[in-house]
Amino acid sequence: MAGKLSAGQCQRCKEPILRSSLTTPYNKAHHYYAVFTAFATFLVIIAGALVTSNDAGLAVPDWPTSFHTFRMPRMVGGVLYEHGHRMLAGFTILLTLGITIYTLAVDRRGWMKKLAIAGLGTILVQAVLGGITVLNLLPPAVSTAHALVGQTFFCIAVAIAILTGRKYTGEVEKTAVDRRRPSLIALTLLSVFVLYVQLILGGMFRHKGLSWEPHVFNAAAVAIVLTWTSVRVLSYYSALESLRRPAILMLGLLMAQLCLGFISFLTKVVWGTNAVQPLPMMVWSTVAHVAMGALLLATAVVLAIQAWRQVPVLQEQAVRTGTKAVTA
Amino acid sequence: MNRFARVTLLVGLSCFSFSCKSKDAPPVAHRATKPFTPPDAATASTISGTITFSGGIPSPQKIEMSQDPACGSTINLDPSLIVNNGDLANVFVYVKEGLEDFSFTPPARPVTIAQKDCRYEPHIAAAMVDQTVEFDNEDDTTHNVHMMPREIRQWNESQMPGAAPIEKKFDRPEIMIPVKCNQHPWMRMNLSVVPHPFFAVTGKDGKFSIAGLPPGTYTIAAVHERLGEHDTKVTVSPRESKIVDFHFKSTP
Repeated sequence: MAGKLSAGQCQRCKEPILRSSLTTPYNKAHHYYAVFTAFATFLVIIAGALVTSNDAGLAVPDWPTSFHTFRMPRMVGGVLYEHGHRMLAGFTILLTLGITIYTLAVDRRGWMKKLAIAGLGTILVQAVLGGITVLNLLPPAVSTAHALVGQTFFCIAVAIAILTGRKYTGEVEKTAVDRRRPSLIALTLLSVFVLYVQLILGGMFRHKGLSWEPHVFNAAAVAIVLTWTSVRVLSYYSALESLRRPAILMLGLLMAQLCLGFISFLTKVVWGTNAVQPLPMMVWSTVAHVAMGALLLATAVVLAIQAWRQVPVLQEQAVRTGTKAVTA
Repeated sequence: MNRFARVTLLVGLSCFSFSCKSKDAPPVAHRATKPFTPPDAATASTISGTITFSGGIPSPQKIEMSQDPACGSTINLDPSLIVNNGDLANVFVYVKEGLEDFSFTPPARPVTIAQKDCRYEPHIAAAMVDQTVEFDNEDDTTHNVHMMPREIRQWNESQMPGAAPIEKKFDRPEIMIPVKCNQHPWMRMNLSVVPHPFFAVTGKDGKFSIAGLPPGTYTIAAVHERLGEHDTKVTVSPRESKIVDFHFKSTP
């Protein structure tokens, strides 16, 4: 895949260097920082899931202060989860600011700089959504939007971590033309779409805006689409490691997620209707289900990025002469 | 203006007017204008009875309070279904119909709900419309009182140890409003707001008594937070003490 090339002159070097907007020198510290930011974001998602599962969303009723002060409150009961989530989120915002500045400084790829800025904007929107939902006593739509934006940011953080890696800072080594319909890129985008729908339905159920049925029924659609996508990759593009690995991972995460979903349903809906308080099995199964969902969505996004990079769609063009020319 | 434009404008204005419809809380229920005069002893009647339960009784769940050491180590059990030898406790009994033509003055004394040992006491409470309800924090830890009504605005306030009581008044009736603490998720109770003083909550013996009613026909409702509501029509004569029993069964 050829990028836009421009020639430059290295002041200290004797030979001209070619700069490509699709490549940048690998920076180990930058990459490790991005990986750490993605990991911290995953911990914030787990912390947020603990807040909801422990019914502690309003344990700290004000925002951005906590009990009308910025001092740390006594971390017991619901405050441990809610304020702990806020502290982790604040730390992740600082990390994101750092990775954005670092990316702008060292990464030569224009689209990568935009992605980093988009990540910073997303996490700031996420923080504000968190405040809005607390101040308005957790309306289901806002709480679900908070979940949605949080996982979107996680996908951005994972994408930055992947795309600053050694294998992804240089030119794309290998491609394969996609002759099938629907195309692989279409399947990966459909996978991301059904996962987002599932996230919305699950969020609305967890925040008491919808019953469980839509989320459970949509799980069938998720299973079909993700399996179809993974099988397509493994059947026709298994030679491409950068596609094969996320496809296998996506299948594995899907199976684990379906099991966790079933366990969560049993503990929360079947056994937990009259529970006097959130029970440990109820809490951990639902938190694991949320965390696994985030990993699954991020994997689908990575697969979509890889499909876009390495599996261009075969298109037919009608040229002026009237004869059909086949181009990749 | 052509026909299509006129229709489009009409549809658009209709949609706009619907979307602009006020989404505020529904208007306060119609208030009766005839002040209630308590009947004298020669005519006042009483409705009393016992509420029983049959069916499978799940073992009461033990509440785990270790997440806050200030809650103490007393063993506590879930109060949402308490049955003693078939008698059902914590049932809210009230006059649902028959007093609509009267207006009532709420008493000056408040209804007090204590937060003690990380429990609400009482578990089921009731107050009159516009009567003061006080939430007291008697524990050495922060609680927050989160009330979740359907008819009136939801609210959520934190209360530090030793803080002044949270005082609220409610201007419209609603039955079994859930109240919970987001610091301690096992802390739940239900508060009912009624327009008159004719209500009771059963104790461990399942008994209730509503006295001072004028003779007439009433609908008496018995409401349990897990088992639902049973209603019955009762007619009382002057100075009559009528026995009305209710029976709840376990839900499948």
